[in-house]
Amino acid sequence: MKTRYSYGGDEHIFVEVDEEMSLEAFFKSLYMTNAVRDAEMTGVTEICPANASFQIKFDPDVIAPEDMLSKLQEIEQQAANADRTMETRIIEIPVYYQDPWTHETLMRFRERHQDPNVTDIEYAARINSYAGVDDFIEAHSASPWFVSMVGFVAGLPFMYQMVHRSKQIEVPKYLSPRTDTPKLTVGYGGCFSCIYSVRGAGGYQMFGVTPMPIYDPNQEISYLKDFMAFFKPGDIVKFVPISRETYDRNVAEVEAGTYVPRIFPVTFSLDEFEKDIDGYNRKLLEVLQ
Amino acid sequence: MTIRVIQQGLATTVQDLGRPGYYHLGIPLSGAMDRFALRAANLLVGNDETAAALEAVFMGPTLEFTADAIVAVTGAEMIPKVDSEPRETWTSFSIKAGQVLSFEFLKTGARSYIAVSGGIDVPEVLGSRSTYTLGALGGFKGRALLAGDEVSVGDGSTNGAVGRSIPNNLRRGPGSPAELRMLPGLYWHRITERSGHSFFGDTWKVAPEADRIGYRFRGGQKLEFVDREQPFGAGSDPSNIVDGCYPYGSIQVPGGTEPIVLHRDAVSGGGYFMLGAVISADMDLIGQLQPHTLAKFVEVNMEEALTARRDRKELLQKMRTALD
Repeated sequence: MKTRYSYGGDEHIFVEVDEEMSLEAFFKSLYMTNAVRDAEMTGVTEICPANASFQIKFDPDVIAPEDMLSKLQEIEQQAANADRTMETRIIEIPVYYQDPWTHETLMRFRERHQDPNVTDIEYAARINSYAGVDDFIEAHSASPWFVSMVGFVAGLPFMYQMVHRSKQIEVPKYLSPRTDTPKLTVGYGGCFSCIYSVRGAGGYQMFGVTPMPIYDPNQEISYLKDFMAFFKPGDIVKFVPISRETYDRNVAEVEAGTYVPRIFPVTFSLDEFEKDIDGYNRKLLEVLQ
Repeated sequence: MTIRVIQQGLATTVQDLGRPGYYHLGIPLSGAMDRFALRAANLLVGNDETAAALEAVFMGPTLEFTADAIVAVTGAEMIPKVDSEPRETWTSFSIKAGQVLSFEFLKTGARSYIAVSGGIDVPEVLGSRSTYTLGALGGFKGRALLAGDEVSVGDGSTNGAVGRSIPNNLRRGPGSPAELRMLPGLYWHRITERSGHSFFGDTWKVAPEADRIGYRFRGGQKLEFVDREQPFGAGSDPSNIVDGCYPYGSIQVPGGTEPIVLHRDAVSGGGYFMLGAVISADMDLIGQLQPHTLAKFVEVNMEEALTARRDRKELLQKMRTALD
């Protein structure tokens, strides 16, 4: 890992912790952004962690760009000895894979896809060498995911699969982006899964939908009353495949205000995780049993 | 009092100076694309310069006032009319209860700011009245105005006098071609030296896809990339990176073909490399570019960017002094 610093105009510093994605890079990025936040530096206006990089927005009238840069470099020195453990939460996200709404949408944009003759999930299963869609869904939903970035649009989580790199699912984005994606689509691009928080343009492959809203600007949904966006970087997600029947029931529960997401506090240790990924995940998922 | 929307215009939204602090959750700053013009309009009508006003793009709305007010229209050259009688831009004028404010066709610029004494009074969301349309957040019900809407205005201060005007030399519009100063950086190293030269040498044209999220440019040569094996997680196209944060003003070039400059409603991150960012002093200018306008990117260093920023602040200070 080689950290690279660059100014983004006169109001931003962009810090690339590593060119490639890894949980190690994400942890370092999260550690450094937390340290900037805790230091309460004057002049800092936005602190944005991303997958393997982060960005600080600052007011150059308050702090000179070169001073801002050297402060971040000091923080990087401390990051070398950082504790790679975090208190976080694990959240179960129900997913209705191969739903009719993303299917209708993907059929409309077939000419923008790598393989117009199959669906997105069939394509993803094939290029990742799964025997079929069922095996692929099993692989997508069996292991947990790290929310390694929130953004693009309001509240959208990027999730990184917590498995050995050799087992990670990778898919290209659409050849050219769609102008439409159903709200709450579970998508995939590069090595990241995502959930589209709002309806709109998108380039990720579409696998299904969740009945659980993750962004509510009106804050009417029971579990979004404290804040309108559900996800935070560092959250851990476990997908659970559901049927149409369960999907419909969950949607009705959300509307009635009775839907309660399954959320449990957990401690995550990157060092323990890396020693035995499968064993660690099994233990991590026990709270959901 | 309220303003009744008779015709909505193309996309008329409530904007103030924006909503900092939530970009890490994908909620952008929003706010006036031309902040100088917003501040000017507010000061002309006696508002605090951070008050909310209406931003109208390319085409003005038609608005009926239910009470007397002082109004000013700044930014684009789009002549306001009170009951069909033209008024001057960048100049405060009065409007009486029952009168209708409408607009002539756009002459120059792209966005007009319509300030009303008392300020547009929609609820603050996360500390701002600005509209973030993509997230259905803030402003008037999270969307652009529609015919039939009734928009509240705050208690009208009467500090603003009618006939106050911003001197001509303080009104700045884009030249032709528009010059957008940018600080190279971020993933600049991804393109070849030859493409670096062509990017600055070419004259670009604003594409029709130009909105509050970003401005797309066309007409320059396709950029060539330095060969590399793509890093894990970045995606296979040479213009892809591992999804990261996008600075405001950053210039991404998907596929190396059409640069996109992100603006106030920016998507907060994604997987395209960026060449650097337009400096803060020139962001207002972008908000006044019409589609098909010619534009050039001009390379500056940090020192020049900070000098331009200071010049911009001085201009603002002169404007405040001129109205004192």
